[in-house]
Amino acid sequence: MEKSKRVNNNEIIMTLLKGRTLIILAILVILFSVITKNFFTINTGLTVAKHVALYGIMGIGMTYVLITGGIDLSVGAVAGLAGMVAGGLINEGLVLPMFGVSLYFSAPMVFLITALVGIAFGWLNGAIITKLNVVPFIATLGTMNIARGLSNLRSGGATFSNIVGKEALGNMGFDALGKNLFGIPVGVVLLVVIAIIAGIILKYTSFGWHILAIGGNERAAKLSGIKVNRDKTLVYMFSGLCSSIVGMIAAAQLVASHPATGEGWEMNAISAAVLGGTSMAGGIGTAGGTIIGAFIIGVINDGMTMYGVSEFWQKVIKGIVVILAVVIDQFQRNLQAKMALQARNENK
Amino acid sequence: MNQNVVLNVENIDKIYPGTKALDQVSYQVEKGKVNVLIGENGAGKSTLMKIIAGIEQPSSGKMFMDGKEVFFKDTTEAREHGIGIIHQELSLFPNLNVYQNIFMGRECTQGAKLNNKKHVELTDKVLAKLEHPIDAETLVGDLRVGQQQMIEIARNFIQDDLKILIMDEPTSSLSQQEVEVLFRLMREFTQHGISIVYISHRLEEIMKIGDNVTILRDGKYVARAEVSDIDVPWIVQQMVGEGKSYPKKNRNVNWKEKETVLEVKDLTLPKSGGGYLLDHVSFHLKKGEVLGIYGLMGAGRTEVFECLMGLRPEHTGEVLLNGQPVEVKNISEQIDRGFALIPEDRQREGLVQTLNIGKNISLSSLKKYCRFGFLNGKKENASIDKQIKDIMIKVADKKLPILSLSGGNQQKVVIGKGILTNPEILLLDEPSRGIDIGAKTEVFDIIHQYAERGLSLIVISSELKEIVAIADRVIVLSNGINTGEFEQDEISEDVLVLSSYKGHHGHETKKENS
Repeated sequence: MEKSKRVNNNEIIMTLLKGRTLIILAILVILFSVITKNFFTINTGLTVAKHVALYGIMGIGMTYVLITGGIDLSVGAVAGLAGMVAGGLINEGLVLPMFGVSLYFSAPMVFLITALVGIAFGWLNGAIITKLNVVPFIATLGTMNIARGLSNLRSGGATFSNIVGKEALGNMGFDALGKNLFGIPVGVVLLVVIAIIAGIILKYTSFGWHILAIGGNERAAKLSGIKVNRDKTLVYMFSGLCSSIVGMIAAAQLVASHPATGEGWEMNAISAAVLGGTSMAGGIGTAGGTIIGAFIIGVINDGMTMYGVSEFWQKVIKGIVVILAVVIDQFQRNLQAKMALQARNENK
Repeated sequence: MNQNVVLNVENIDKIYPGTKALDQVSYQVEKGKVNVLIGENGAGKSTLMKIIAGIEQPSSGKMFMDGKEVFFKDTTEAREHGIGIIHQELSLFPNLNVYQNIFMGRECTQGAKLNNKKHVELTDKVLAKLEHPIDAETLVGDLRVGQQQMIEIARNFIQDDLKILIMDEPTSSLSQQEVEVLFRLMREFTQHGISIVYISHRLEEIMKIGDNVTILRDGKYVARAEVSDIDVPWIVQQMVGEGKSYPKKNRNVNWKEKETVLEVKDLTLPKSGGGYLLDHVSFHLKKGEVLGIYGLMGAGRTEVFECLMGLRPEHTGEVLLNGQPVEVKNISEQIDRGFALIPEDRQREGLVQTLNIGKNISLSSLKKYCRFGFLNGKKENASIDKQIKDIMIKVADKKLPILSLSGGNQQKVVIGKGILTNPEILLLDEPSRGIDIGAKTEVFDIIHQYAERGLSLIVISSELKEIVAIADRVIVLSNGINTGEFEQDEISEDVLVLSSYKGHHGHETKKENS
């Protein structure tokens, strides 16, 4: 009898643990609603969501990378570079000195070209990691600096301002990415779309299961016939794509692109993923969890700002929250392992 | 009480959440003897040893050494009482050299400075005694597994006041010669009054080296006997609780009439630093045949599989599949061609621990259940269920983590994964390693069953009894050379062992066989 009671207790704790990110988010929202005037309003909600879209999309790319057991430190710098590429194309066009002309592209083309730049950086990451056998941390640390350097080189460190295009050039409309669609920020719409696609791929396609397997046990995955190097490269390309989209949204939201945009954002992306239950050891993670993680970071950021907590204290508190999240995560995994062993012994 | 008992364990219980690993177990270690402890996986052997070595503490019960009650709260306390343990899994530092490994945690110092001269000196001495002179400065990661095992053993041998040495499956990765050296040393130790507690799955070994045998089953004490009074069938009977041994099959097949599925000619794999891992190895495989590959550690058995699966692109030689020459390039192509591999190391190479049971089974064949990259869950689940039933994996729910299965059932999951790719040729590398006798018999049944259905199998095994029981034909590898081939009635333990040493006498034998 005592045994069955313990099993029930474990199951209750487990359910609570599994829903913990949502519970924490709810508690935070309630907390800030009570202590801060005007927090629980549609306007604040939309502002928070606008910020969350940035960490969220980047975090989903990061989640994929973390699932394979890797890490992508270049995401923030690639986002910055994407903003500079897009801003440059709209304000200056593609300058071809040998012909003495500048080519201007329509906003959708700018979007596509910039996305390709992000994907190319992802491919570079993947190639360095899988073909040259450089560990992901170092490989992406290198490309992070390359991307940051290139974004400064693009404008000599200056900002591209007022990137709305000109009607005469037919390249208007890029700033729509920073506006609202039916009252919802476009970034949030993109976040939802990307999250749904990423979630479906992870759960319902062989590619999704293959990357889960690679992170769980790379050797076993290889021996099972999974094309480990190709799949890893694809994952970094996806992360690069996400980063470039984030860079464009950020530029569109500000209607300007600055070469330092995205500095330190890789940490927000990692935090969002980890808060959402992604394992740094690989093999575990979901897109939905990362979104909730991104919302937690967003609510803490904006909530504390509205409450008047200094930026310095915000950093301290965010650091504590991330560490706590990992500690709870480990507790959950241990409990899970314990319950699995229990089931094994009962089967005997 | 017996005068010769150095350690007396009385009525030990060990309770883990939800399970009783040890149930009122009493156990005596006799002085200067090889005390063998056996039982199937999960019988509680390792738990009992961990308690004696101070790694775990009993839930209740007492331990006495030389009549005085003792309690070890950690390994350091156990070590102070002269108890050392050699683990089943190696616990070495591959990034450090030989002497650093041996003296880790008990460094010799001059003031605050490490006395490395002394370390090297003592290391050379102990390794000479073990008849394994290895340069003390070599990185342990660069050593063969068998050599690493020797380092692990050497680590314990440098302890001066050793009273009890626990050895948990020390021979599982040693070659025959290395085992001989180890046994000689064990005898030397017992003559000096040191007691050895010896855990092994290899019953022949136990009969050879053991003085007395204690058998555990399901966490309970079952029997104890002097080795001179018993035989292997008796031990097996006590372990499984009923008379169970490997069934020898008799297949009346005229192999000459069967078509050849696979032919391998002059398979050669160079060794880094000169020589060959595989030296012009040739063999063939008939449809529905079980071909055994026997050999000592490092004889090149696993390398044959690695070449066939495309994991060793540097190999040379010819591979013909159904008469057609194929170019072996990478593993996914080989799987598509109808090869499947059950790797040797279940945990490291076979399973993805973060995925559930069902996914581990379907992992290799997900493409089959996909349309435009999307998985057809129904089709996938139906295949998984069929496979689970087909090879009798005991699963409560296929969505449970893989960790919830016993070792034997985990192995069946790996085998199921291979079979689900619908292979023509199944390569099994030590399919029964580390699983209990009951599960072994079931694995052999699976092998028979699929051979009867026309699947061609190659099985690597280092357990003689096994290979004799399951193989229709056996080839023996020794030092990368094919040193013998035996069919049906010719297969006996003696001839296999004899052949397995031939490759070490230089290269004259090579010409006869290639």
